[in-house]
Amino acid sequence: MARITAGATMSHVPVVGRAIDTDQTGTDYWKPAFAGFEFSKQWIKDNLPDVIFLVYNDHATAFDMKIIPTFGIGCGEEFPPADEGYGPRPVPTVKGAPDLAWHIAQSVIEDEFDLTIINEMKVDHGLTVPLSLMFGKPTEWPCRVIPFPVNVVLYPPPSGKRCYALGKAIRKAVEKFDEDLNVHIWGTGGMSHQLQGPRAGLINREWDKSFLDRLTSDPDALARIPHIEYVREAGSEGIEMVMWLIMRGALGDKVEEVHRHYHVPASNTALGHIILETR
Amino acid sequence: MALEKPYGDVPGTTVFDAEMARKGYHLNQFCMSLMKEENRKRFLADQRAYLDEWPMSEEQKLAVLARDYNRMIAAGGNIYFLSKMFATDGKSFQFAAGSMTGMTQEEYAEMMLKGGRSIEGNRYKGEKPNG
Repeated sequence: MARITAGATMSHVPVVGRAIDTDQTGTDYWKPAFAGFEFSKQWIKDNLPDVIFLVYNDHATAFDMKIIPTFGIGCGEEFPPADEGYGPRPVPTVKGAPDLAWHIAQSVIEDEFDLTIINEMKVDHGLTVPLSLMFGKPTEWPCRVIPFPVNVVLYPPPSGKRCYALGKAIRKAVEKFDEDLNVHIWGTGGMSHQLQGPRAGLINREWDKSFLDRLTSDPDALARIPHIEYVREAGSEGIEMVMWLIMRGALGDKVEEVHRHYHVPASNTALGHIILETR
Repeated sequence: MALEKPYGDVPGTTVFDAEMARKGYHLNQFCMSLMKEENRKRFLADQRAYLDEWPMSEEQKLAVLARDYNRMIAAGGNIYFLSKMFATDGKSFQFAAGSMTGMTQEEYAEMMLKGGRSIEGNRYKGEKPNG
């Protein structure tokens, strides 16, 4: 039987990817941001999953204004890195896990979460930067990945409550899959940041810390945070943290925090990273 | 019965909701076209001519030509779509974000290094900003 054993969250700031691609991670500016991933790189080596279910958002790359799925699931064999205007990132093509992905799609749709099935898609920094943070610069990614894009660009994104419940349905689906697979689920994006308007540059350390604390201790309360609180307290782009609740829902009731890292600034953003293991 | 939009009182913030998405459709799709190298070249070679191929409002076109990101957002632009334009210009997210705050790029970068813009005074319109 497949099982979800751990979750991780991390920001996906595009210049973090650039710093990795151009070997700038040791500069005065970037060193403290990357230092918090040293533990994580060893941890993922020691706990290498077969599949990562990677919850992220597309940034007007695979989806433009023509079609905007609220929840999508990548069921294809592979997902190449996209050209986001600077040329594609020099990272390996992401290999999918189609058997498990199709299985999850059928199961969660039967549980009333109406996913959009995606078989061909390019993936942007939202998906590839988290992989680079955890795996560095390999010639091939060391495990398979199910991309799970969530709309957080067009308001409103799905509610925190909906995301949390979807996570629980994903856990149930994975546990019904016969093959013996170790699955991790990642929730990416965040933390507080605002990229637009005169309020750009907003950071709310206290709110972020409280969110990280409650991710382990009180996810039910996090799931009740209304959209307006994200926008007001964590910035117009901070609302993407609803994606973390999909991860949290999929980890079951009891988790243990094994690592945490918080750093300001990564460009415009508070970088938040946490690793949770199921207990 | 109108939709409830509680985010209207957040200062210095435009939420890209259904109304803005409808307004900005062609502006955002124009930005998407810049994902292709040949389009970036054509746009940079003659910006006005390239813009005139799109059914955008004159205000949207002028905002693009002026690279005024606040004006583009007021005209329905979304920052993730607009990022294709500043990528075309070889500019960073921090440059674009900073340009919307009235600060110089250096001042903005310095604010971020010091921990970013404080939430205090920045929750509601009419509050006195505190950093």
